[in-house]
Amino acid sequence: MHQSTLAQLSTALESNQISSEELTTLYLDRCKQFNGSLNCFITINEELALDQAKSADQQRAAGNASPLTGIPIAQKDIFCTNGIKTSCGSKMLDNFIAPYDATVIEKMNAAGIVNIGKTNMDEFAMGSSNETSFYGAVKNPWDQDTVPGGSSGGSASAVAARLSPAATGTDTGGSIRQPASLCGITGLKPTYGRVSRYGMIAFASSLDQGGPMTQTAEDAALMMNVIAGFDERDSTSAEHPVDDYTARLNDSIEGLKIGLPKEYFGEGLDSNIAKIVEAGIKELEKLGATCKEIELPNTELSIPAYYVVAPAECSSNLSRFDSVRFGHRCENPKDLSDLYCRSRGEGFGKEVKRRIMIGAYVLSAGYYDAYYLKAQKIRHLIRDDFQNALKDVDVIAGPTATGTAFKLNEMIDDPVSMYLSDLYTVSVNLAGLPAISVPAGFVNNLPVGLQLIGNYFEESRLLNIAHRFQQATDHHKAIPEGFE
Amino acid sequence: MSLDKSEVQKIAWLARLSIDEQDISTYSDELSNILGLVETMNSVDTDGISPIAHPLDLTARLRADAVTEVNQREQFQKNAPLTDNGCYLVPKVIE
Amino acid sequence: MEWETVIGLEIHAQLATKSKIFSGAATAYGAEPNTQACAVDLGLPGVLPVLNEQVVLMALKFGLAIDAEIPERSIFARKNYFYPDLPKGYQISQFELPIVSRGNLDIQLEDGTTKTVGVTRAHLEEDAGKSMHEGFGDQTGIDLNRAGTPLLEIVSEPDMRSAKEAVAYMKKVHSIVRYLEICDGNMQEGSFRCDANVSMRPRGQEEFGTRTELKNINSFRFVEQAINIEIERQIDILEDGGKIIQETRLYDPNKNETRSMRSKEEANDYRYFPDPDLLPVQIEADLIKKIRSELPELPNAKKKRFIDQFKLSDYDSGVLTAQKEMADYFETCVKTAKGEAKLSANWIAGDLSASLNKDNKDITESPVSAEMLGGMIRRIKDDTISGKIAKQVFEAMWNGEGDADSIIESKGLKQVTDTGAIEKLVDVVIANSPDQVAQYQSAPEDKQGKLIGYFIGQIMKQSQGKANPKQVNELLKEKLKA
Repeated sequence: MHQSTLAQLSTALESNQISSEELTTLYLDRCKQFNGSLNCFITINEELALDQAKSADQQRAAGNASPLTGIPIAQKDIFCTNGIKTSCGSKMLDNFIAPYDATVIEKMNAAGIVNIGKTNMDEFAMGSSNETSFYGAVKNPWDQDTVPGGSSGGSASAVAARLSPAATGTDTGGSIRQPASLCGITGLKPTYGRVSRYGMIAFASSLDQGGPMTQTAEDAALMMNVIAGFDERDSTSAEHPVDDYTARLNDSIEGLKIGLPKEYFGEGLDSNIAKIVEAGIKELEKLGATCKEIELPNTELSIPAYYVVAPAECSSNLSRFDSVRFGHRCENPKDLSDLYCRSRGEGFGKEVKRRIMIGAYVLSAGYYDAYYLKAQKIRHLIRDDFQNALKDVDVIAGPTATGTAFKLNEMIDDPVSMYLSDLYTVSVNLAGLPAISVPAGFVNNLPVGLQLIGNYFEESRLLNIAHRFQQATDHHKAIPEGFE
Repeated sequence: MSLDKSEVQKIAWLARLSIDEQDISTYSDELSNILGLVETMNSVDTDGISPIAHPLDLTARLRADAVTEVNQREQFQKNAPLTDNGCYLVPKVIE
Repeated sequence: MEWETVIGLEIHAQLATKSKIFSGAATAYGAEPNTQACAVDLGLPGVLPVLNEQVVLMALKFGLAIDAEIPERSIFARKNYFYPDLPKGYQISQFELPIVSRGNLDIQLEDGTTKTVGVTRAHLEEDAGKSMHEGFGDQTGIDLNRAGTPLLEIVSEPDMRSAKEAVAYMKKVHSIVRYLEICDGNMQEGSFRCDANVSMRPRGQEEFGTRTELKNINSFRFVEQAINIEIERQIDILEDGGKIIQETRLYDPNKNETRSMRSKEEANDYRYFPDPDLLPVQIEADLIKKIRSELPELPNAKKKRFIDQFKLSDYDSGVLTAQKEMADYFETCVKTAKGEAKLSANWIAGDLSASLNKDNKDITESPVSAEMLGGMIRRIKDDTISGKIAKQVFEAMWNGEGDADSIIESKGLKQVTDTGAIEKLVDVVIANSPDQVAQYQSAPEDKQGKLIGYFIGQIMKQSQGKANPKQVNELLKEKLKA
C-alpha cells in the first residue's frame, strides 16, 4: 500500500479497500521506523493524525469526501500549524507553537487531509542540502551518505522513502525542485502568487512560493486542486482564475514547442546529467513535441542577483525574531542590546547569519544602488529573457540541478559553491514563473530531474507534459532500496 | 569588495547578531567571497533598465475598513518568553 | 548678530479608521494591553499585511485639500530598526513615491497677513506600540495595541520663521484633518503629534544652519514653548562661537527645557527598501475626481462664506471656522435664531467660549446646544428678554435647568412690555423724585440724555430688570417734558 500514489490511495479509500485510520497507522509506523535514520521529520503528529483520520473516515462514510480526504500528507515545517510546533528548522523557533494555521494548512484541513508530520528543512529555508537545519541533516534514501537537497529536503526524502505519499514544500530559489531532483520525486513550484504565502514563514517574500512534492505529476495536480487559489490575506496572491489541474493531464502534447536554453547545457553541466536530460527530452519528442535552441542570456547573472535580493528580503523578514513576543531568548540578558544580539546570535545558525548580514549590507547606506537596485534591474532583464523566449516556445526544458545528490558535509563550509549549484532554478523565482522537476533517470544509482518551465499560470500545461512523460517512463516509480 | 573585521562587526550590530570574536575572520572571508560572487553583476550594463521589486506587475488590492479580529492575547502570549499583566517584558530601556 | 529662525514640522495624524492599516484589529483607544494586537500586528511568523482602503482614501482627501500632487503610483517601504515596541523589526512606511507629494496651505499671521507654507509630502505608515518603563521593576512592559494604527505623516517645507508661525501651521493642519474627518485630532491621546526641526541662520544668509529635531510634542502650547526654548539655546551656543550638533532632542514641559536623546541617535541606518509583501497602490484619475467632488467645505472657504453670507468680521469668521464643530454650531444657532448672525457670533465667541474654557470643555461637549442658544437669542430679538436678563438665562441653561423658554417662564424673566404697567412704574418714580425731575427739566437738551439714566435705573430696579428698556425710555422722555 505504501507504494501507492495519491491517486491510487484515493481510489482505495473510495472503494473501502482501506480506511484512513488504517492508512494513517501504516504511514505512521513507517515514519517511526525510518525517521531515526533519515531524519526527515521534525515532528510526527501521531495523535493529531489519527484524530484527523477518524474524522476523515466519518466524512467519507457521510459521503462528504473530496479526492484527498483521509490521505496523510507531510507538511514542511515552514507552514504554521495551529497548536503544533512550527520550527522552520531553527533553534529560534524550537519552542514555537503556532497559534494559527497557514492558508495552505487551512485548505488541506478543509479537504480532510491528514497532517502526518512536519518535515525537516534547511533553517528558514536557507540552504540547498538540508544540512543547515537545527535538527540535523536529512539523509537521502537513495544513498544515506548523501544529502536530499534543500531546503525542502525532509519533504523530498519522506516522499522518496514513501514515509508519506506526498508532502508540501516551498521554493524560493529551487527549494522544491532541487530536492525533488536529488530524491527522484516530482516537485512543482507554482507561479508566484498562485499559492497563498499566508502562514508560510517568510524567507524572501518576493520569491517564496509553496507547492506540492509528490510521486507523480497527477498527484501534484490533485494537491494543487486543494492548495492553489486567491487568498485575501496575502496581498501578493493572484486573483487569476484557478484551473482544475487534473482536467488536462491526458491531453496530447503533439505539436508542443520546447525551448532548450543553450545556457542550461553549457560547461557547468555534468555530462552524465546532460545525457539523462537529453534522453528525457527525446522522450518528449517521441510524444510529439518539437525542440529548438533558445537563449536566456542573463542566466549566469541570476545567481548574483538572487544572492542580493533573497538575503536583502530575509535580513528584514527575520528581524521579527527578536525574542520579545516569541522565539528563543538568551539567559540573563544584561540589557536590551544584549537580549537582541545574544538571542539572535544563539537562535540562528551560521548560514542564516551569513545571509542576514549580506542582506543588511546590500541595503545599507551607500550600497543600496550598487547591490540591491542593480540586482532588481537584472531581475528585470531575466524576466524579459524568459518572456522573449516564451514568445517562440511553449515551455522551456533543461536540468533541474547541476549534479546528483552530493555527499553530506561536502559543501557545508563552501557557501559560494553551494550557491552556484542553484544555477538552473533561481532565475525562475526571480521571474516568478512556474516550473516542475520530474524524475528522468539515474546516474550512479542517484536520481536526476528534468525541469520544465512554463509561462505564468500555466501549471496545468506543465502538469500535462509531466504526466504524459510519466505515462511513457518509469523513473518516477523507482523506490530506493530498503524502502520498497 | 572585501569586508574587513570592523565592517563585519558593524553589520552584525546593525542586524543585532552577536558573533564570537574568533569567528569574525571566518565571517569576513565568507562574506567577502559571497560579495565577490555578487559583484559579477557588474559585468552587465543596466543603464535605462527599471528595477522590479515583484515578479508580476500587479497592483495592490485593498481591504475594506472593518474590524475582523478578536482578542487572542492569552493564546498569543503562550509563546512569549516573559510577560506580566498582559505586557511583553524586555530588560529596562533607558531613554 | 541678527538671527533668523527656520522651522519645519513633521506632523503625525492618526487616521480615524475602525481597523488598523494592515490588519483587521480595532484601533479603539484605551483597551487592556495587547488585547487589540492581532497576529499581524504582533508580526507573528508567516503573517502578511493587507492595506486598508479607507487609509488610502483619507490620505487622498488630505492631499486634495492642500492642493497637492497625487502620484499615480504609490509604494510602501520597510524602515528597518530594532526597538521592542516595533514588532517586526521594521516599520512599514513610505519612502519613494509617497501617497501625497508637494502641496501647500495658507496660515494667518498675527498681523492679519496670510502666508503660504509648503507641504513637502504626506505619507502613510503604521504606528509602533508603547513602551512602559514604570511598574515592571527592572523590566520595560510592551503594549502593542497601538502597533499598526494608521498614521499620515505630513512633512512641511522649512517655511516657518517663528514659533508662532509653527503653531499657526500646526493649528491649520489640525483644523483641516478635523474638517475632513480623517483624524480626531485628540492630542492628549496622541492622535495628533508633532516633531519640529529647528535651525538658525544669520539674517540674509540663504544656506540653512544645522538643525535639531524636537520629538513628540503633544500640545499647541508646548510646540511654541519647545521651539522658543530651543531657539534661545541655539542662539546662546552660536553667539558663544559654538556649533549646533545635529541631533534629536526631547522637550520636557515640566522643566521647560530640551535635552539630547543621544540613545536614539546611534548608527541609524534604516535600510529602506520596497516592502515585498505589498504591491504598488495605483491611484486612478476617476477616484481622485470622485474624492475631490466629495470634499467638504474647508476652513478658508467657510471663512469667506461667513464673511459674505453673515456679514461677520474677518476676525469673528476666523474664530468661528477654526473648528468645524464650532462653525456647525454657529450655523445651527443662527438658523434657530432666525438669522441673527452677529448676535449669535457674539454669544458664541463671548459667553459660550468663556464657559467652555472655564469648564475645560470642547464645543461638542457644551451643555448648551446650538438650538438652545439660538432659541435664547430669538427671545432677545423678539424682546421677550433683554440682553442683560439673557445672561441669567444662559447661566441657567448651562447649569442644565432647561431651555430658554422654560427658564424664562419658570423664573418669570419675561420683559414687561405692557404699556400700562410700565406707565405706572414711571409715574411712581417721577412722583418720588421731585429734585431729579427739576434738575432734568432745567438742564439743556444735550445733557438730559445723561440725567435720564437715573430714572431708568430706578424703574429697572423696581421691575427687577424686566421692564422693556426701550419702552421705559420713550415713556420717561414723554412724561418728563415740562
